[in-house]
Amino acid sequence: MAAPVADYGVHKVAGSIVDWKALREEFPILREQAHGHPLIYFDSAATSQKPRVVIEALRNFYEHENANVHRGLHTLSSRATEAYEKARRRVAEYIGAASADEIVFTRGTTESINLVAQAWGGKFIHEGDVILLTEMEHHSNLVPWQLLAERTGARLRFVPVLDDGTLDLEQLPALLTPEVKLFAFTHISNSLGTINPVAELCEKAHAVGALTLVDAAQSVGHLTIDVREMGCDFAAFSGHKMCGPTGIGALYARKEILDSMPPWHGGGEMIVSVALEKSTFKKAPHRFEAGTPNIAGAIGLAAAIDYVDRIGRAAIFEHDSQLARYAFDRVNELPGTRVFGPAEERGALVGFVMEAAHPHDLTTFADQYGLALRGGHHCNQPLMRRFGVSGTTRASFYFYNTMEEIDRMIEILHKAARFFS
Amino acid sequence: MEIEELYQEVILDHSRRPRNFGELPDAAVRVHGDNPACGDEIHLAVKFDAGGGLEDIKFTGRGCAISQASASLMTMKLKGKSRKEAVEMLHAFHDLVTNDAGDASKPLGDLRVMKGVRNFPQRVKCAMLPWRAVEQAFEQGAGEATVSTEPT
Repeated sequence: MAAPVADYGVHKVAGSIVDWKALREEFPILREQAHGHPLIYFDSAATSQKPRVVIEALRNFYEHENANVHRGLHTLSSRATEAYEKARRRVAEYIGAASADEIVFTRGTTESINLVAQAWGGKFIHEGDVILLTEMEHHSNLVPWQLLAERTGARLRFVPVLDDGTLDLEQLPALLTPEVKLFAFTHISNSLGTINPVAELCEKAHAVGALTLVDAAQSVGHLTIDVREMGCDFAAFSGHKMCGPTGIGALYARKEILDSMPPWHGGGEMIVSVALEKSTFKKAPHRFEAGTPNIAGAIGLAAAIDYVDRIGRAAIFEHDSQLARYAFDRVNELPGTRVFGPAEERGALVGFVMEAAHPHDLTTFADQYGLALRGGHHCNQPLMRRFGVSGTTRASFYFYNTMEEIDRMIEILHKAARFFS
Repeated sequence: MEIEELYQEVILDHSRRPRNFGELPDAAVRVHGDNPACGDEIHLAVKFDAGGGLEDIKFTGRGCAISQASASLMTMKLKGKSRKEAVEMLHAFHDLVTNDAGDASKPLGDLRVMKGVRNFPQRVKCAMLPWRAVEQAFEQGAGEATVSTEPT
């Protein structure tokens, strides 16, 4: 039997006086219904919902500050430029970067990783070099490196994943050889929930002279991240999984590395002077931001950061971990169910398969009861193959979710098991 | 829309106990159909009669209830049909699962239990996968082929 909800103490987060139920009121979408049932949104690992302050920040920008940045000499352009650059400073502060010059605004994690693969990889990766990845990478931290390897003749290597969903770190000495120029890995697995030991991995990579890239898509809104403490050289993340708008994210890169990278996209905004045959380019980070950026998005992201920090990432992590552990235990007791990933410390999600129903049937069924789950390969096809499944069903959480919603999910999963078997 | 309208008892029955499920050793064509979006797989084996019609048709594979039941129902329906009849049925079935006006006076019979799919646009590919495989089998004529719901 599951431990009673009270044992998980979700409302007794140490040192925190957060009223989690009240926070739900700040997310207008959580009042929606789906198929006549109150919405239970368990797909925050795909994208989080947005609090009113973020929606208002976007609206405020368009109503009072909208203009293009960096070029105009008029009042609105100054306001927009100031707000945009302030957002950059806020992002830097949020992840512990040494300076705002280490933050490039991008469309999100995927674009950030592609930027590194193309601008940094194009210059520094050569035939015979090795890029070390892991078997649990999201396609966004796999495909850009495959493309780079094809272009340059570099090779890819992979840290295997053990049956419990953690990395096989015993293999690391054999894999982390001096040919490795970059070790790129996810902080939290988007389908297993595994939290990787980032600082340890960075240290070991640096010992053989490799740089490191952390895919922080699943962690940046859920726990405190300090890029200097982690010791990574690059970090990539999106705003939309941490209460921010879609279409905005960032690449962090250590300043000397960013300065050494050639331009990526060419165009306006990233140049100093342009002649017909040749141009000179701005310093980083602006060198990597060709064209009109997602100004409103950056401002919305800064508002999301303020919001998340006001709640406190330590409290969010504790709350989410309790939800995830509770969900893991409850799903695990369902008959004919296999839950993936580590039982103890895990990110805010639970991936599983039920004998009775295929993930797509299960998610279609759950949707009829207002429960938003995700079924499929979660952009983790090689990982799914490694575990011998075509896909899983995933429930992913954020601080606005509750134990009661998990109990309701379990009821619905019981119903589904009866319905399909 | 009630969930029972999509997963009618007949569909659940066919997904639990698919008919014509198994190998066809003397098949003329084998088509491997896959839906990379969800990992569903259908391996269809077809034997033609002298006139190019479907003498026998069997499948193996794994996937969601919709794709498995669709394959099971389809093989029952198509066995013994001419190529022309099979192609007509394919078009009628596609209409049935995609088009509100598509189910009148068509020779679909039992296949009409799949009608609920039209209310679940994300599941149309699941229902169509075995039919795409049959279409490919006719085009191929002999040997092996693959077909995907996501053309590359």
